[in-house]
Amino acid sequence: MYMEKVLSVDNLAVSFDNQNVLKGISFSVEKGEVLAIVGPNGSGKSVLFRALLGLIPYSGTIAWNKNLKTSYVPQKLSIERDLPLNVEEFLALKESNREKIIQALQTVGLEDEHHIEKHLLRQRLGWLSGGQLQRIMIAWSLLDDPDVLLFDEPTSGIDLGGEGTIYNLLKKLGDQRNLTILLISHDLNIVYKYANNVMCINKEMVCHGIPSEVLDPKALARLYGGETSFYKHEHFEH
Amino acid sequence: MNILNINPLGLQLIVGVLIGIGAGFLGSFMVLKRMSLVGDALSHVALPGIAIAMMLSFNPFFGAFGTLFIGIIGIWFLERKTALPSETLVGILFTLSLAIGILITPEPELLEALFGDINKIGSTDLFLTAGAVLITIILMQKIYKGVILDIISRDLTRSMGISVNTTNLIFLILVAVVVALGLKVAGTLLMGSLVIIPAAAAKNISINLKDYTLYAGIFGALCAASGILIAYYFSLPPGPMVVLASGALFLVTLLLKEKK
Repeated sequence: MYMEKVLSVDNLAVSFDNQNVLKGISFSVEKGEVLAIVGPNGSGKSVLFRALLGLIPYSGTIAWNKNLKTSYVPQKLSIERDLPLNVEEFLALKESNREKIIQALQTVGLEDEHHIEKHLLRQRLGWLSGGQLQRIMIAWSLLDDPDVLLFDEPTSGIDLGGEGTIYNLLKKLGDQRNLTILLISHDLNIVYKYANNVMCINKEMVCHGIPSEVLDPKALARLYGGETSFYKHEHFEH
Repeated sequence: MNILNINPLGLQLIVGVLIGIGAGFLGSFMVLKRMSLVGDALSHVALPGIAIAMMLSFNPFFGAFGTLFIGIIGIWFLERKTALPSETLVGILFTLSLAIGILITPEPELLEALFGDINKIGSTDLFLTAGAVLITIILMQKIYKGVILDIISRDLTRSMGISVNTTNLIFLILVAVVVALGLKVAGTLLMGSLVIIPAAAAKNISINLKDYTLYAGIFGALCAASGILIAYYFSLPPGPMVVLASGALFLVTLLLKEKK
């Protein structure tokens, strides 16, 4: 089957103050692919995203397909509890059409229109739970019908029960809209379950391929250093 | 000079209210950007400009705006070229300017420059203020998305193709305009309160941006008007009265917030 490439990266390197943060990164992404990027803290995952988005200087080549719309959900948002900004105003920073805002919220699993109109849209952004905020951010990212979604997973603030559903949602949206998704994850179980391909980086490329094939104990040891018990967990159906 | 034939108190009230609206509205964004003290410190940069305007007898607004503009461009530029945070830069610039300002301001006018004197305004000030406040509100409507998004995430803002640098520069110039206007009411030492207090009071009682910015503007106007009126009837200096009125309003909103 012919696959259309949406992104080719060749020999990408990023350095801050003459220190290499990333080097020799080459990979490509196909349309509709869900690529998970894993690596320890400080391994350059978020830096990779920022380079892909053109937010920081880099060397090497990053070639996006022409006329692609990318949407980005950063890992960190500084939303103070008392920031006077409600959900509707936040989403309106990107899209002024109210109908589209409501549609986007329904797409991310908030289906009750009455609840959306009377409660959610009027809710202060800083009062949302981690899971709610994540849904709002995914709705935000879908507002301009992107082709590619770059999703930098938050390290905390998401209840474990809710995490699975966010990825179910991303996967569903990806399939429905033929979205290409690049996602930074800290949870290898998420990677096994939802990604077509995984890329392990620790300042340089450690492994790249289908998760069940490349995430072997050797690669994980190289990635996280030494012995790791953080290998594929078995999940049992109850 | 009063070509409009408005009585002096009326003129003070109109100009004061306009400045209150502009300062409150713009201040609401400064408070969110955690720039309230930057605004306070910046107001001191105006002093040498006021002094020069007094010596050469032109409208102090232009003198103040001139030095504020130079100061702001300087900070905007240095922030890019050095790793120093703008707080530090503003801190250095503000003490230097205050020192120079005190040296070159003619002594009889020093008190006016430091604490403001809205008694000395004419109808030119009315036109100037109305125009400047209108421009501030219009430009702010154009750039507010970038300003708010930048507070939430700079990367997110830039990933949407919004230039954070340009937005910040326009914002800082608007701060210079509003601070230069407010000097008439509160002077270099008290001007900071006009941008900080009404916004802080509005934040106490608002949960959305629309209410917040609207209340900040209204509170600014209310504080200016009540301060000027109290000062007039009790023969007190208006600047400090406007600041005290803002303080009282802030306390009221704080009580309302606690009740919620």
